[in-house]
Amino acid sequence: MMDNGFSSPRKDAFPVGLRVLVVDDDPTWLKILEKMLRKCSYEVTTCGLARDALHLLRERKDGYDIVISDVNMPDMDGFKLLEHVGLEMDLPVIMMSVDGETSQVMKGVQHGACDYLLKPIRMKELRNIWQHVLRKKINEVRDIEILEGMESIQMARNGLDQSNDGHLLCGEDLTSVKKRKDVESKHDDKDPGDNSSTKKARVVWSVDLHQKFVEAVNQIGFDKVGPKKILDLMNVPWLTRENVASHLQKYRLYLSRLQKENDTKISVGGIKHSDSPLGDSANSFGTQNSINIQQNDVSSRSCGFSGNSLLVQNVEPRSHDNDRKGIVSKIVAEPKRALTVEVPDPHKPRSSQMEFGHSLTSSASEVNYAEYDSNFPTKFSWWEIPQSRLKQEQKPLHLDDGFSHLTWPGKQQHIQVDYPQPAPPIISGSSVTGRGMGGSVKIKPLYDECRKNGSQVSSTESTIEASHVQTKTYKVNHQTFEPISTNTSSLKNQASNLRCISDLESAQKNINWGMSPFATLDDDFQVRWVQGDCYAMNLGLENIDFPEYFDRGLLADVPTHLYDAVSFDYQNLYDPTECSLIEQGLFIA
Amino acid sequence: MTTACKGFLDEQFLQLEELQDDANPNFVEEVVTLYYRDSARLILNIEQALERNPLDFNKLDSLMHQFKGSSSSIGAKKVKAECTLFREYCRAGNGEGCIRTFQQLKKEYATLKKKLEAYFQLARQVGPAETACRPK
Repeated sequence: MMDNGFSSPRKDAFPVGLRVLVVDDDPTWLKILEKMLRKCSYEVTTCGLARDALHLLRERKDGYDIVISDVNMPDMDGFKLLEHVGLEMDLPVIMMSVDGETSQVMKGVQHGACDYLLKPIRMKELRNIWQHVLRKKINEVRDIEILEGMESIQMARNGLDQSNDGHLLCGEDLTSVKKRKDVESKHDDKDPGDNSSTKKARVVWSVDLHQKFVEAVNQIGFDKVGPKKILDLMNVPWLTRENVASHLQKYRLYLSRLQKENDTKISVGGIKHSDSPLGDSANSFGTQNSINIQQNDVSSRSCGFSGNSLLVQNVEPRSHDNDRKGIVSKIVAEPKRALTVEVPDPHKPRSSQMEFGHSLTSSASEVNYAEYDSNFPTKFSWWEIPQSRLKQEQKPLHLDDGFSHLTWPGKQQHIQVDYPQPAPPIISGSSVTGRGMGGSVKIKPLYDECRKNGSQVSSTESTIEASHVQTKTYKVNHQTFEPISTNTSSLKNQASNLRCISDLESAQKNINWGMSPFATLDDDFQVRWVQGDCYAMNLGLENIDFPEYFDRGLLADVPTHLYDAVSFDYQNLYDPTECSLIEQGLFIA
Repeated sequence: MTTACKGFLDEQFLQLEELQDDANPNFVEEVVTLYYRDSARLILNIEQALERNPLDFNKLDSLMHQFKGSSSSIGAKKVKAECTLFREYCRAGNGEGCIRTFQQLKKEYATLKKKLEAYFQLARQVGPAETACRPK
C-alpha cells in the first residue's frame, strides 16, 4: 500500500494497522466494533458523536484511512457526516444501520458511501474494509489523471479558439462519461452561459466559474471551506450548494493527489531543473515536496505535479503578477524532465501560455502518472511507460501564477474536458513555456487528441477541481492550468491562435517526447492550429500507436463522482467520431 | 450461549463470545451490561413517547429503530422481533398495536436479562473453561 504520509507509519504489511475511525451513538456497538476491528489488526478510534468524529478527522487530516459510521445519530445525520468526510478528507466511508431498506442503502450510495453494512455486523465484513481504501487510492489516481487531462485540453482548447466549439474530448470517453452523467441527476443547474458552445442543461464548470470557485476557496481558507461558504462567496445565482459540494470534492481530491505526488516525487529524487529559466519558482517547485502549497497556495496556483516526473508546480503566487509570459517561461524552464519544450517563444504571452498550458498539463499529468504508476497498482499501463521517460526528461513545470486565479481571462470556458479517461500527462504543455525554454516540449499527443476529438474542454480546471477533493495538490494542478486557459481564452482572435500555432509548430519540432509513442508534434498539429481548429492540436497522434498504453478500462471507469460535480455538457463535448486518439488512451487534457 | 438462552439469542451472541479473549476475558458480560444500561434509557424514552396524545409515530419509529439497533448488538432475537413488529404498527399508525407490542417487548427484554444474569453467574462459578463451551 502506498504510504501517503500517514502520521503513524505502518510497519506491517497493509492492511495491518489500517486506521479506522468508528462513529456510532450506540455505546454497545461502539464497544463491539472496536473489539472486532482490533481483532482484524486495525488501529481503531471510536467516537460517539458525529461532530467529535469530524473534529478528529480535521485535526489529523492524514490520520485515518477509513471511516465507519452509523446512519442514525442524534447530533448529525450519518449522511451528512458522510458528505463532510468526502468533501473535506476524501476518505472512504462505510455506513452501518440496522435498517436495510433499499431506499436507505441507496441514499448511502448516492451520498458516496463505499459500502453499507447491516447490523449485526459480522467479522468477515469488517475484515474486508481495507479493499475500499485501496480502491479509493487507485481511483484517485485515475481521477487526477482525468482531470489533468481535461485541464490540458481545456487549456489547449482555450488557446485554440475561443469561439470555436471544437470538441476535444474523445468521443468514446465522452460517451462513457456522458452516459454516466446522464444517469446522474444531480445537476440541476444551468450553465450560466460561460460555455458558449453548448446548450447546457447541467452545470458546466467553465474556466470562469472554476476561477470564481477557487477564489472563493482561497478567500475562505482552504481548511475552512465548505460548500455553503463557497457558494455564498461565488455569488452565482444559478449554482447550487450541491454543485459546489461535488466540485469541491473533486478539487480536493485533485489537489491532494498532486500533493502526494509531489511529495513522493520529490523524495524520489526531486526534479532536476536543468535549465530553469523559470527561476526559483521552478526550483522551488521541484524541491517542494509537499505540496501543501495547496493549502496556502490556492491563490498561487501552483501546479504541483509533484512527483516524479513532472513537477509542475505552480510556483508561487508571486508569479501571478508576472505577465503570462513570465509564467510561461517559468514553466517551461522548469520541467527539466519530460517536457522540454522548445517552443519558440510564442508571439504572445498568451499563445505561449496556451501551449504552455498544454504541455504543462500533459507533463503534469504525465508526471503524475508516472509517479502514480510507481506507487499505485493502477491499470494505466501506459502511464508506466511514459513514466520512465518522463522522469528523465521532464522538468517540473511550474504552472504558475498566472494560473492561479482561475481567472481565465477569456472566459472561454467552454473547454469541457470530460475525459473520463485518466489524463495521461499531457506533456504538451510543459515545454511550451516556450520562451526560450530549451526543453523540447512534447506536446502531448493527448492534447491533440483532445482536440481532435473535438471534445470540449470545458474548464478543465473545474474538472480537475472537481475531482480533487483533497486540498493540497490539486490546487497546484489547477493553477497551472488556469493561466493557460486564461491565456488561451484570451486569445480571441484567430491571429493569436495562429501565432500560437506557429509557435507551437516550432515547438513541436523541438518536442521530444521521450516517449516513443508520442510523436512529436507534427505538422498536423500545426496545420490544425492555423485553421483555428481545435483539432489543430492534433499532433498527428494518429500515427502513434498506443495500444500498450491505452487502457480502455480506464476510460470507462471514470469514477462517477468525478463527473458529478462537474456537469459537463457531454453532449456537446463529445464527438464520438473524432476521438480516435482518445480512444487510444491518450488523454488530451 | 446456554441452552436456556436458546431462542432468545442469535448468532450475534456467539460472535461476542468469539471476540472474548485473554485481552478481554469478560468481554461478553461487559457488552451485555452496557446494553442493558443504555437500552434502559431508550425504553424510558419510548414509554414517555407512548404517553403522548396523540402519538407521534415518526418519533416512536425512530426511537424503536435505535432500540432495535442496540438490541441487535447482543443478538437479542426475541426482543428484536418485537421491535420490528412495533415499527410496523408505527407505520400503520396503529397506536394500540404499538402499545401492546411494547408491553410484550418489555417482557422479552426482562426475561432475557434474567437469563443472561444467570448465565454469567454460572460462568463465574463454573470457571472459564465451562463457559467457553459453545453450543454447536
